[in-house]
Amino acid sequence: MSGLAAAFERGRAEGRGLLVGYLPAGFPTVPAGVAALRAMVEAGTDVIEVGLPYSDPLIDGPTIQAAVARALAGGVRIRDVLATVQAVAGTGVPTVVMTYWNPVDAYGVDRFARDLAVAGGAGMITPDLIPDEAAEWLDASDAAGLDRIFLVAPSSTDERIAMTARHCRGFVYATSVMGVTGARGSTSVRAPELVARVRAVTDLPVGVGLGVSNGAQAAEVAGYADAVIVGSAFVRCLLDAPSEGDGIRAVAALAADLAAGVRKR
Amino acid sequence: MTSLPDASGHFGPYGGRFVPEALVAALDELTAAYDKARGDEAFTGELDRLLATYVGRPTPLTDAGRLGRAAGGARILIKREDLAHTGSHKLNNALGQALLAKRMGKPRIIAETGAGQHGVATATACAYLGLECVVYMGEEDTRRQALNVARMRMLGATVVPVMAGSRTLKDAINEAMRDWVTNVETTHYVIGSVMGPHPFPMIVRDFQRVIGVEARAQCLELTGRLPEVVAACVGGGSNAMGIFSAFVADTGVRLVGYEAGGEGVETGRHAATVAGGRPGVLHGMRTYLLQDADGQTEPTHSISAGLDYPGIGPEHAWLHDSGRATYQAVTDAEAMDAMALVARTEGILIAIETAHAFAGVLPLAASLGPDAVVLVCCSGRGDKDMDTAARWFDLA
Repeated sequence: MSGLAAAFERGRAEGRGLLVGYLPAGFPTVPAGVAALRAMVEAGTDVIEVGLPYSDPLIDGPTIQAAVARALAGGVRIRDVLATVQAVAGTGVPTVVMTYWNPVDAYGVDRFARDLAVAGGAGMITPDLIPDEAAEWLDASDAAGLDRIFLVAPSSTDERIAMTARHCRGFVYATSVMGVTGARGSTSVRAPELVARVRAVTDLPVGVGLGVSNGAQAAEVAGYADAVIVGSAFVRCLLDAPSEGDGIRAVAALAADLAAGVRKR
Repeated sequence: MTSLPDASGHFGPYGGRFVPEALVAALDELTAAYDKARGDEAFTGELDRLLATYVGRPTPLTDAGRLGRAAGGARILIKREDLAHTGSHKLNNALGQALLAKRMGKPRIIAETGAGQHGVATATACAYLGLECVVYMGEEDTRRQALNVARMRMLGATVVPVMAGSRTLKDAINEAMRDWVTNVETTHYVIGSVMGPHPFPMIVRDFQRVIGVEARAQCLELTGRLPEVVAACVGGGSNAMGIFSAFVADTGVRLVGYEAGGEGVETGRHAATVAGGRPGVLHGMRTYLLQDADGQTEPTHSISAGLDYPGIGPEHAWLHDSGRATYQAVTDAEAMDAMALVARTEGILIAIETAHAFAGVLPLAASLGPDAVVLVCCSGRGDKDMDTAARWFDLA
């Protein structure tokens, strides 16, 4: 059983949602990013998403754009992303990479899959790769034993949700709103309906992302989804903090709040 | 007749759809609507009528005798897209897509623009058809193409300067994509070149094909035969694809695209995607890209905002690989020299983008005999570039 499958089984057994936390690698620096992700794990985050910083993040809002720009300005490379995965996966928490497609394509899909598996990574989330274009990744992830998480959206037809879910392993990522990443005041009214449409065609767990920023929202989303995915709100903690230490403490506090939230559903 | 792209939107290994799932429904809707529209006399008839009565088509073919003598070789024929309404070929596509959007019931239009020509064309089409228009433009480009910003605003469009990244065309496209994914139910994204996810490269090519269809007939009528060479500048490559596509089946006709060589490909400060790039994925398509070892998009440079882009339309990538078309880099300085030469020999102020095609084709024309015919696409007029020209040539 993959690390992700085991985590979702544990969540189900405990009758709670999982908390999935995201930060881009190399933000604010490679070591501080690792420290922040480890703090997230210690505060109760169940799955870690390590973002691969990319020059053209076209479905990210201003918060993640700012973090990624800083990571790139700091010179982060793909090898640093893999090193971050290794450092975080070493804690025992399932760790996946979230990446736009071109860096993987440039690195070599097979080579990336192999190196990610060697680093202890559990799989990959691919926001701009749909299964229709993913032949190479389907083969590489099978060969390397990695989970692959594709996205579904409120605009997806039932046929596309079924097709996408068939190609997923680990979980299905439901983008709860039409739009870019970023914390929102209220969670989407369309998310429960989308999750229900996914559940109608697959037994895979469903994670919901885009917009969650506090424990109350996490509790609400955990009421209908198997995992609550939080990104921009964690990034915000580090962007707003006067020092790295303060930022990491803020990340830990937010993780604790969200982890309590997913247990309250 | 060209049979590409295939059903999934690929030109050989290029093209496709590298997009968030959230956009797939809109791309499918657009594909279906376009498929229906192009077989519907009501749509094609209306577009043809507007191309004639509003855009000013057919545009003339000018026999450039003095330029040809200055080049010292082949006869040069100029396809005058600069004389189309708004001053470039861009309205052919913008009007076609805006009509399509109206048919699809989408009241809001967004567009990206580099030099501003596509933004002006889209703002024009929206004003004419009564659609809301938002144009994303890199902040750097809003400065070097201030005239076009004013034109778009006069036409009632909202121009949004994009502050992210290199603040040029690439970043304007990122921002337009973000808008589209957020507002896709009410909004159509009028992409300005033969790029982006399927079906855009096909739709834009088809709407620009009129350039080549007209030029081919005009050349036959004037000279009694086909040209030896068809040349055009290439950023994303819409004017080039428009004129090439009517000649692809004429295997004796050489197709040549000229990319922005900036300060020289060897300096690294350029936007010559084929000369300096390798295949990858950007803005929804697989194509040649200027990228580093990690797949990060490289910064580009060109004196022309409209060619300052790290990618190229996927059909061009395929024409290059298959050998049907060739692509060469032209430097800033070569382009500016050609701009001056065309102005002084033909009395035509061409856009700096367009000047790349002339700069590339003049030595080629010189290498051919006087019996040869070279057809150049004059994609746009140069009024917008007079500030740049004044600085370059110290005209003040």
